[in-house]
Amino acid sequence: MTPTRKRRLFAVLFVLLGVGTATGMLVYALSDNALFFYTPTKMAEEQVAAGTKFRLGGMVLPGSVKRDTQSLGVHFVITDNDAEQDVFYEGILPDLFREGQGVIASGILRPDGKFEATQVLAKHDENYMPPEVADALREAGHELPTEPGV
Amino acid sequence: MWKKFKAWFHQWGSAPWFYRRSTRWERWLWAGTIITALPALFMGLFVVPTDYLQGDSYRIIFIHVPSAWMSMMIFGVMALLSLVALVWRIRTTEIMAMACAPIGAAFTAITLSTGSLWGRPTWGTYWQWDGRMTSELILLFLYIGVIALYQAIEDKRQAARAAGLLAIIGVVNIPIIHYSVQWWTTLHQGSTIKLTGPSSIDASMIAPLLLMVVATKLFFAATLFTRTRAELLVQDRHKKWINEVVAS
Repeated sequence: MTPTRKRRLFAVLFVLLGVGTATGMLVYALSDNALFFYTPTKMAEEQVAAGTKFRLGGMVLPGSVKRDTQSLGVHFVITDNDAEQDVFYEGILPDLFREGQGVIASGILRPDGKFEATQVLAKHDENYMPPEVADALREAGHELPTEPGV
Repeated sequence: MWKKFKAWFHQWGSAPWFYRRSTRWERWLWAGTIITALPALFMGLFVVPTDYLQGDSYRIIFIHVPSAWMSMMIFGVMALLSLVALVWRIRTTEIMAMACAPIGAAFTAITLSTGSLWGRPTWGTYWQWDGRMTSELILLFLYIGVIALYQAIEDKRQAARAAGLLAIIGVVNIPIIHYSVQWWTTLHQGSTIKLTGPSSIDASMIAPLLLMVVATKLFFAATLFTRTRAELLVQDRHKKWINEVVAS
């Protein structure tokens, strides 16, 4: 490699190193703010104050869903297997919402400690399998969300 | 052996050589694309079983995931070619690097739109500003930036150097896209296909995905040759070798 080319190569790599380091620091500084949602554990850690607007994510605790008979209101518990949080939501839930399903609720924390959601999104996991395989896994004792309409 | 390969490799830097060779390679690459993409699409859409939770909507994976990989890989290829072009100042490499940008931008747009269409029935939303989606959108802007910068400068050799530097700097976004689902909590799920360890997609569903991964690579190579050749034709239209090529 000629000296000119070597110089050019190092100049470009130096620029990339600089930009890379800057971005790395930016990403590190953003680490908490770039979270899309808080888990119940993170929520307890940060001691979120009442009235704070944020997103709460986790699994719908099996057996925790209670629907109001008079309205579209629904109460459920979001868990990350360590901590739990009561949630109230009034509106239409996504099709994939069910017990044992990952969900993300955005809303505010009420003074009484209940999370009032204004939007509930279903979070899908990275597992893909045909229904028969899912049945076989359930028989083997694995916990899986139930199929739609079941 | 090595010397022979080196000589052969260096010849690609010559525009007339590149033009003739790529014309010959292109046919095979296009043929390869068709014979892999069509069965992959057919299998993905009609043959493989439905997913236990999502039903048929999961079939978007056969387009979305290979496109997402290509959107990132092409950016890497563009940056690498730009680095070579910046250091060695080979004109064919400059043109090749710049020919990557529209192909990558198209794959990024496909990734974003298919993801959005799948997100509505699955998540309940078309768009959310989570780490994965935002960084992929930035990737699209970077591609558009490279294309715009290349078009904005009159002298094509200077333009390729400026846009190439942007491509090299933009590479820092690639690990952010990849690791976004691990570093932060995101609405987007984690990786299904893992390089280390078992993948979380059932074996009965994986064949069309892998076939599509091959198809998109071949498509990229074929389009890259075609685009580079077209740009060579435009830039060298007054040169003698073009007349010889066209005459033969």
